[in-house]
Amino acid sequence: MTNAAPILAIDGLTMRFGGIVAINELSFTAQRRQITALIGPNGAGKTTVFNCITGFYRPSGGTMTLVHDDDATFRLDRLHDFRICKYAKVARTFQNIRLFPGMTALENLMVAQHNTLMRASGFSLLGLLSAPSFRAAERQAIDLAREWLQRIGLLDRADDAAGNLPYGDQRRLESARAMCAQPALLCLDEPAAGLNANESAALSDLLLSIRDDIGTSILLIEHDMSVVMEISDHIVVLDHGVKIADGAPRAVRDDPKVVAAYLGADEEDAAAVMEGGA
Amino acid sequence: MAVPAPHPASTEPSAGLGFILKKAVISALVALVLFFLMIGIRTEAGPSGQLIYWTRFGELAAIVGAVFVGSIVIELLRRWIGPVGGVELPASVRGGFAVLGRLLAPALLIFALLVPVIFYKERYLLDLAILVMTYVMLGWGLNIVVGLAGLLDLGYVAFYAVGAYSYALLAQSGLPFPHFIDTYPYVALDFQQLGPWAFWVLLPVSGLLAALWGVILGFPVLRLRGDYLAIVTLAFGEIIRLVILNWQDLTGGPNGISGIPRPTVFGIPLTPGEHGFAAMIGVPFSPTHRLVFLFYLILALALITNWVTIRLRALPIGRAWEAMREDEVACRALGINITTTKLSAFAIGAMFGGFAGAFFATRQGFISPESFSFQESALVLAIVVLGGMGSQLGVALAAIAMIGGFELFRGLDQFRMLVFGGVMVLLMIWRPRGLIGHRAPTVFLQKRTEISASLVKEGHG
Ligand SMILES: Nc1ncnc2c1ncn2[C@@H]1O[C@H](COP(=O)(O)OP(=O)(O)OP(=O)(O)O)[C@@H](O)[C@H]1O
Ligand SMILES: [Mg+2]
Repeated sequence: MTNAAPILAIDGLTMRFGGIVAINELSFTAQRRQITALIGPNGAGKTTVFNCITGFYRPSGGTMTLVHDDDATFRLDRLHDFRICKYAKVARTFQNIRLFPGMTALENLMVAQHNTLMRASGFSLLGLLSAPSFRAAERQAIDLAREWLQRIGLLDRADDAAGNLPYGDQRRLESARAMCAQPALLCLDEPAAGLNANESAALSDLLLSIRDDIGTSILLIEHDMSVVMEISDHIVVLDHGVKIADGAPRAVRDDPKVVAAYLGADEEDAAAVMEGGA
Repeated sequence: MAVPAPHPASTEPSAGLGFILKKAVISALVALVLFFLMIGIRTEAGPSGQLIYWTRFGELAAIVGAVFVGSIVIELLRRWIGPVGGVELPASVRGGFAVLGRLLAPALLIFALLVPVIFYKERYLLDLAILVMTYVMLGWGLNIVVGLAGLLDLGYVAFYAVGAYSYALLAQSGLPFPHFIDTYPYVALDFQQLGPWAFWVLLPVSGLLAALWGVILGFPVLRLRGDYLAIVTLAFGEIIRLVILNWQDLTGGPNGISGIPRPTVFGIPLTPGEHGFAAMIGVPFSPTHRLVFLFYLILALALITNWVTIRLRALPIGRAWEAMREDEVACRALGINITTTKLSAFAIGAMFGGFAGAFFATRQGFISPESFSFQESALVLAIVVLGGMGSQLGVALAAIAMIGGFELFRGLDQFRMLVFGGVMVLLMIWRPRGLIGHRAPTVFLQKRTEISASLVKEGHG
């Protein structure tokens, strides 16, 4: 609560793929307990930023610093792979949903608590003997999963295979799964893609409740401007790997550079930006 | 692995006779090209070394005809039977199957426990039962790697070999071996002093050594997937066999190792004479006692494998294995260490292979590299795939069917493989996901609902 430092500070982030510069000298900060949106036309490099933050890509340059509530500081550009989620507590979702389709919704949420449970199971030894301490930890994990299923309205489908759920439910389940990893920073890659208006509204409420009730900071990539304008505290606009605007939703919406970028890319997107907050 | 996705329920009836005929003609043409030189023309070296050849167009025509007809038959069968997964059975029938399915495992267990009683007089059947149980155990061990973790391992026999040779060598010498006992009498462990306890001490040691090799062989293949992983593990299996074959000083090379200590009933040897087990319990000695004991031993080992697997599946590690099979990228995003998860699967699978190997060595009393050829790996993998990857009961059924079936058709001699191949093809048409294809969730809130095979991934490496 007392910590004033931004949860994530990105400074001079650059990502090159061979000759392509996907992100060029990108700097921005995400404030604690806020929703920071990362928007931009298709191919702007938003997902690439996520892949750098969550350790799937090793950035070609720049620093990314994450500070927990207890002041523990992590240099994300030096950590990588699973360590980012395990130690730095950054969880993410994917643009094209990556659930475990053959496992139930509940199992998906249990897998997300792997590291906690693994420790509780004494690296499987206590677990094999079914030690009371492990059983308690497992009950807790199930309770957390149940709570999230309740939040996303999927409690009655807890025991159905994730691959059998409708598209919108899968999207919400993926967000819930990321939250079950108990992250400090939640990165959502287009969580509203493919949702209808009702589902989008429900998603907005869910994200606001994650921010306000749980206090998790959110980094959000989203094309649905109604969602972005409604819930984000801060917006960063990316175009061709370069930051072109950064500010409060209202200011960003009126920024001529943003409108131009969207106009250059796609008329519909531009219209969406301008209508979004109106 | 590239098992084709199951066909939709009833294959499109629109593709009618013309389609079948076209397919059959194509198959026949391919057969014609293939067999034209192989069967159509027969060459031989004449008496003075010159080449003589003659044509066998009759045989060629017969083969091509057989392929033509066979192709039609298979296509028709595919339509008639269809993959069962797609056919909706009436609820009552399904309920009946569910009850049967639930009763099947306990029934099998009870039957297994009674096997030595029922077949006490039939040494051949007892021997066969021991063999079947060995493969059940190997199948369950490999199932951890292939079925749960989704890592296609074609070299599983390597760990079986490591277990067998570990036991055989250690039981006859000591640690460090081979000749260190004389040189360093203080640090050396002489396992020969263990006498009748050798097996019981060395069984866990063999398993641990095999697990160690699982990790050692696992490291280089961590980054490989699918076909590449399969090829490299296949090579590892062969390398281990070739090392055993060529390291004459240590392993005896092709001559193998004989005189491996036989198992004891916790220290009491199964021999005639006054210190034997028979004398202890006051019954006349019979060589069948050893068979009965071996059967219960492998049954216990297999049940331990089964129990550990079932437990591990419901633990975070097992869930991580299955999650890794489903989606490795998502696992990494959730903070799961793929390296240790893969290595643990390799190690635990290898450990059970090692136990089975030690059992094999003590049962045979003699081992040689011949017992650890690629064919064994292929057989165990076939058991896992046929059983339905990941299903414990399916693997047991497949082992019984395959090893038992092999024996059943022994009378057919060279046609045995043909029958075996045919049955495999039919089964894969009928049940592309194995005998038991669905997956049971490891944890549930309201109700444990089986997950249909079509959703469950097979892993990609
Ligand atoms: N692994 C990669 N190798 C080569 N180029 C890549 C790679 N990943 C991304 N790129 C390139 O980086 C650029 C940005 O892609 P990115 O996926 O980050 O865009 P995006 O903003 O997420 O777009 P969208 O809104 O369509 O999701 C694209 O030109 C893409 O081709
Ligand atoms: Mg993207």
